[in-house]
Amino acid sequence: MASIRNRATAQLALSPAVILLLVWMAIPLAMTLWYSFHDYQLLMPRGNAFVGFENYVYFLTDPAFLQSIGNTFVLVGSVLVITVAGGIGLALLLDQPLYGQGIVRVLIVSPFFVMPTVSALVWKNMFMNPVKGLFAWLAQVFGVAAVDWLAQVPLLSLTLIVAWGWLPFATLILLTSLQSLDTEQKEAAAMDGAGAVARFVHITLPHLARAVTVVILIQTIFLLSLFAEIFVTTNGGPGTQSTNLAYLVYSQALLRFDVGSASAGGVVAVILANILAIFLMRLVGRNLEV
Amino acid sequence: MSSIALKKVSKSFGAQAVIADLDLEIEAGELIVFVGPSGCGKSTLLRLIAGLEAVSSGQLLIGGRDATHLAPARRGLSMVFQSYALYPHMSVRDNIAFPLKMAGRDRARIQDKVGEVARILNLQDYLDRKPRELSGGQRQRVAIGRAIVREPIAFLFDEPLSNLDAALRVKMRLEIAELHRQLGTTMIYVTHDQVEAMTLAERIVVLNAGRVEQVGCPLELYRRPATLFVAGFIGSPRMNLLGGAEAARHAAATIGIRPEHVLLSTTQGRWQGQVGLVEHLGSDTFVHAEVADVGTITARASGDLQVKYGDSLWLTPQLDCLHRFDEYGRAIR
Amino acid sequence: MTNAMHGRHKLAFTVLAWIVAVLVFFPILWTVLTSFKTEGAAVAIPPKFLFFDWTTENYAEVWQRTDYLRHFGNSVLISLGSCLIGLCAAIPAAWAMAFSPTRHTRFVLLWMLSTKMLPAVGVLVPIYLLFKRSGLLDSRTGLVLVLMLSNLPIMVWMLFTYFKEIPRDILEAARMDGATPGRELLHILAPMALPGIASTLLLNVILAWNESFWTLNLTAADTALLTAFIAAFLAPEGLFYAKLSAASTLAIAPIVVLGWLSQRQLVRGLTFGAVK
Repeated sequence: MASIRNRATAQLALSPAVILLLVWMAIPLAMTLWYSFHDYQLLMPRGNAFVGFENYVYFLTDPAFLQSIGNTFVLVGSVLVITVAGGIGLALLLDQPLYGQGIVRVLIVSPFFVMPTVSALVWKNMFMNPVKGLFAWLAQVFGVAAVDWLAQVPLLSLTLIVAWGWLPFATLILLTSLQSLDTEQKEAAAMDGAGAVARFVHITLPHLARAVTVVILIQTIFLLSLFAEIFVTTNGGPGTQSTNLAYLVYSQALLRFDVGSASAGGVVAVILANILAIFLMRLVGRNLEV
Repeated sequence: MSSIALKKVSKSFGAQAVIADLDLEIEAGELIVFVGPSGCGKSTLLRLIAGLEAVSSGQLLIGGRDATHLAPARRGLSMVFQSYALYPHMSVRDNIAFPLKMAGRDRARIQDKVGEVARILNLQDYLDRKPRELSGGQRQRVAIGRAIVREPIAFLFDEPLSNLDAALRVKMRLEIAELHRQLGTTMIYVTHDQVEAMTLAERIVVLNAGRVEQVGCPLELYRRPATLFVAGFIGSPRMNLLGGAEAARHAAATIGIRPEHVLLSTTQGRWQGQVGLVEHLGSDTFVHAEVADVGTITARASGDLQVKYGDSLWLTPQLDCLHRFDEYGRAIR
Repeated sequence: MTNAMHGRHKLAFTVLAWIVAVLVFFPILWTVLTSFKTEGAAVAIPPKFLFFDWTTENYAEVWQRTDYLRHFGNSVLISLGSCLIGLCAAIPAAWAMAFSPTRHTRFVLLWMLSTKMLPAVGVLVPIYLLFKRSGLLDSRTGLVLVLMLSNLPIMVWMLFTYFKEIPRDILEAARMDGATPGRELLHILAPMALPGIASTLLLNVILAWNESFWTLNLTAADTALLTAFIAAFLAPEGLFYAKLSAASTLAIAPIVVLGWLSQRQLVRGLTFGAVK
């Protein structure tokens, strides 16, 4: 397919998507950047004075900012640990011969497709409510004091809710990778004298490593922007204990109407995400056969 | 009159030249085979003729007309792909009918033609099946059917038998030869298997690194190879090729002698050797013997020969069947 | 290993797997069960599992009171709409890159991936303000636009991987058989690409439906979708667990079921080909 006519058609076919994404990315980002250098308060239209890096200073020295960064990392990190470890375990389990494997898979996959707002509300009210929730009842059964989960340990609670939602994702990816492992490789290892554990450590685990990396990278990118669950459960509270970067920017923009500061925050979030994106693209680019 | 001619055709992919200055004339109605090792350019050459790749320079004539820049569909050629390339979502009937549909023939004519082709290829019972329900050999025949139905100027076959098992390969080879006899259309056939080339071809084109080594009928290539490459490529087991002192003795850089022209004796001969591997095929026996200062010599003997590893043997080449090659690999006549 | 040992292993794994699966699925199960209880039964201690008076009054109330149908309709319209429009740009783009690759193709693909990695908060402010000024705030058009752009990279990537799987020689055979590029597209390429396009649509509709950033921030009364509909239950009015469960079940049921059907597409769509 090398004729000139084909090339021109191909360029034409490609252009709508490229132009759309270019506009989508460039214009709003440029605007965010512009706003971040101006004093723009939605409730006080004062003429947007240029303030240089003042917004950034304000945003970055806000104690809430540092805490939000910390919260973001804690949240992302702990969800990753739970989903990757749980995912490997579940993938190994699902790879075994089972009765009713189809149904088991369907049950395990379901949390991912539940709307985050619904999931958060259900957890908040029906499980974590310190009086009427199931956890409270369980505590009673075991004779332990009930925990007000979202007020006392907001980050932990959020981690639980989010990890529950993302566990299927990790499981599915890791299961797919596991099933692509050539059985002949495992058989060769068995012939070479490797027992089940040795086979797992030397053959299976390295094969999974690539999938685990993909899971970590992709989940991180989505988890950095975690919003809905926080919005619906704690609103970042108590205080700012469960505010992450995304929620902080949101609260600056739409709750405090400080556009300048929120934009600075947005830029910071973008930079953070970009660092991660570079790693992901390197990984994807390596496999990409054009 | 030649039905297809290539004049000084070259093809490069970027900086890499795959075919260089190739001249070839293909006679109308002949079954010509392009053969050579992987990477020699035979498939590329076929695709140039088909129009699936554009020539970098040179001219291509089909039926006397300049077809160098014609689209594949306008060249009047049909191709059978190595993977058969059947349309998976269409039935056998629709697969075979497709070229006629593209040509705008009416429904009745199409059905007649498809029926006729199905009869020739024994596909009547499979017309309503989808390709995934067919065996390898059946798919092959559907691919051939799709090619026949257009009544092209020439058929192009791109290694059509390499995906089949050995027994099926032999059977299909005979069917293709029979098809050629029946239809009389020019066939250009590409293969890496020199046995296929030798058995099918009326003429063989031996290609190596984008250049034509020799063109000729099978026996001519076998008996009078023009280059060292052809001598070593055609014929199984391979011709014995010796250099060094032995070759110098015959005023050549390399000499060659085919296994069937090496006489064996237990008492006397030109070379004394120790028997290594012995291959018993039943009809023949091939003995591989180590001769000091010369190398391994393969000799063909009768199937009844009793010989085993380690035996001592005398080998003598028939001098009137000896091939001589100069330092450039060209045959010395 | 003997057959008996195989059997024992299988049984053991099955029991373990079922226990884990039920545990993981439990929150959803509990929600569905609770939706059929009375409000009193919903908060009973100790909790009732199966033995209570099943009732559908919650569903009736949710249906009537909270205008569920309008929210549902908005969700359907916006998810389906954004994906179908997105396909109009994504299909040609993926087609061009899969079948006429150039030296830039690799770069374009990775660049598109990078736009998906853009955190929404980074552009929340300008989008919000732009929409406010142009009246797109709380409009279906605005949301369709934003969701379409959000999912466009995933659509292009998925379609690209599906298109690449179409064997090149089948297309060459079509050309040899006399098909012009248009007919090649219509008779050969399109039928072979249809399953891939359907899969892409399926996954992206799911993703759009569950999207919970833009749908929460860019909507108000008019265009509220199910995501917002549920969020409205934030302000509890007395006992409401059973109603919440009913509303939740109604909100998630279609997508969870669709999700069961799209597991493979999920892997393909969200790992950008890095895991086979």
